[in-house]
Amino acid sequence: MKHVDEYRDSALARVLVDGIRQVADRPFKFMEVCGSHTVAIFKSGIRDLLPRNISLISGPGCPVCVTSVEDIDKAAAIAGMDGVVLATFGDMVRVPGSRVSLQKAKADGADVRVVYSPFDALKLAQSDPSRKVVFLAAGFETTSPAVAATLGRAIEAGVKNFLLLSVHKTIPGAMRALLDTPELGLDGFICPGHVSTIIGTAPYRFIADEYRRAAVVSGFEPLDILQSTLMLIEQIREGRPSVEIQYRRAVSEEGNPVARGVLGRYFEASDANWRGIGVIPGSGLKLKTEYAAYDAERVLDIKIGESRETRGCICGMVLKGIKNPPECRLFGKACTPETPVGACMVSFEGSCAAYYKYGAR
Amino acid sequence: MCIGIPGRIIKIDGRMATVDVGGAMRNIALDLIEDASPGDYIIAHAGFAIHKVDEEEAIKTLNMIREITGSVEDYDAAF
Ligand code: SF4
Repeated sequence: MKHVDEYRDSALARVLVDGIRQVADRPFKFMEVCGSHTVAIFKSGIRDLLPRNISLISGPGCPVCVTSVEDIDKAAAIAGMDGVVLATFGDMVRVPGSRVSLQKAKADGADVRVVYSPFDALKLAQSDPSRKVVFLAAGFETTSPAVAATLGRAIEAGVKNFLLLSVHKTIPGAMRALLDTPELGLDGFICPGHVSTIIGTAPYRFIADEYRRAAVVSGFEPLDILQSTLMLIEQIREGRPSVEIQYRRAVSEEGNPVARGVLGRYFEASDANWRGIGVIPGSGLKLKTEYAAYDAERVLDIKIGESRETRGCICGMVLKGIKNPPECRLFGKACTPETPVGACMVSFEGSCAAYYKYGAR
Repeated sequence: MCIGIPGRIIKIDGRMATVDVGGAMRNIALDLIEDASPGDYIIAHAGFAIHKVDEEEAIKTLNMIREITGSVEDYDAAF
C-alpha cells in the first residue's frame, strides 16, 4: 500500500458521486477550510462531478494568504537590517506588503533565503554564527510543532543567533469567526486533515455542540473528499451534527500529543491579525517570555511605517467564503499568479490562484 | 502549505530518519512522533514526521468505501 493511488480509483469515485446524488435532496453548502483541499478538489474535478445543489466553498486555510500586511512589513524591515538573514518558506517571499514583498526586498539587496524546513534555517545559523538568522515562521498547527522542535534543537545545541518571527495561526478560532458570519450560511466543514493530525477532534466540538453544524476531518485524495461529503450530508439529514474522522489513517481523536507537548513548551496563545479578516482573539502563537532571547520581535528593534492593505483586493471576503475570486475586479487582469496583487493569488493553495489555474468560475 | 506527504522510513539514525517519499530519499526529523521503526509509513511535513500512518485504519477506510459502493472484495486481499 502506498497510501496515495488507492484513493484515486475513478470507478469508485463515480459510485460515491451517485451515492451523494441520491441523498442530496436539498442544497448543501460546505466549506473546505484547508488550501490543500481546495487544490485537490479543483485538480480532481470534484466540483464538476458533484450535483449542482452541493456547493463546496474555499476557506481561509492557506497560511500564506492570511499573513497580515503588517507582518510582511516587519519581515521586510528585518531582512533589510545589517548582519541579518531572513529565512522563510517559499511562497512567503511573494506576499505583497505595504511597500514591498520579501522577493522585492531581496532584489534590493536584503538577504532573504527560501528554506524547505525550519531545520534548514537553523543550519544556516549554525554555519554563520556572525550573523543572526531570523526564521519567519508561518503556518497552522501542522507546521508550528516542527518550528517548536527546531527551536528546541537550537537551544540544545547552544545556538544563539537563531531567532523566530512567529506569525503562526491556529484554525479553530477562525472557524468560529466564520460561523459567526451570518451571510455565509454554512451547513458544515470539511476540516483540515493535517491540522487535525496534530490537534485531534476536541477543538472542533463547538461546531456541532454550539452551532449544530456538521464537521468531518477529511483526507486529501478524491475518494477521501467524496466520502467526507457524503458523511457531512448524512450527519445533517439524520439530525446528528458531530465531528467525525474520515481520514483515520492519519488522524485520531486525540491527535498527536507529543507534537502538542513540544509546541506548548515554547509557544503560547496570542491574538492574531488575519489578512483581510482582522484580529481573531487567541488565534495566534507567540514565544513564551522565557524564550524572549529567540523572539525577533523582542530582540530586534523593528520599525515599520503604517501598514496599508492592497487597494481593490477582496481577499478578505474570498477567505471568508462570501465572494468567489472571479467576482474580484482585478482577478486575472491586474492580479495573476505571476503578478499577485493580493495574498490569495500568491500560494498555489490560495483560492484565487486555484480558481485562476483551473479556470473555474 | 499544510501538505503532508506519506513516505516510508528506510533507516533511522538517532532522531533523524531516511525516508522514501515517492521515490526521493529525504532526511526527516523524528522529534514529533514516538516509536518509529524502519518500514513504517509516516506523514512528512516541513522536514518533520508528524504522524505514523495507521495501516489498519487505511484498510478499514478503503473497505468502507467499497461497502458503500457495493463492491464486496476485501481490500486486504489486494495488497
Ligand atoms: S484576485 Fe487578486 S486582488 Fe482579487 S481578491 Fe484575489 S488576490 Fe485579491
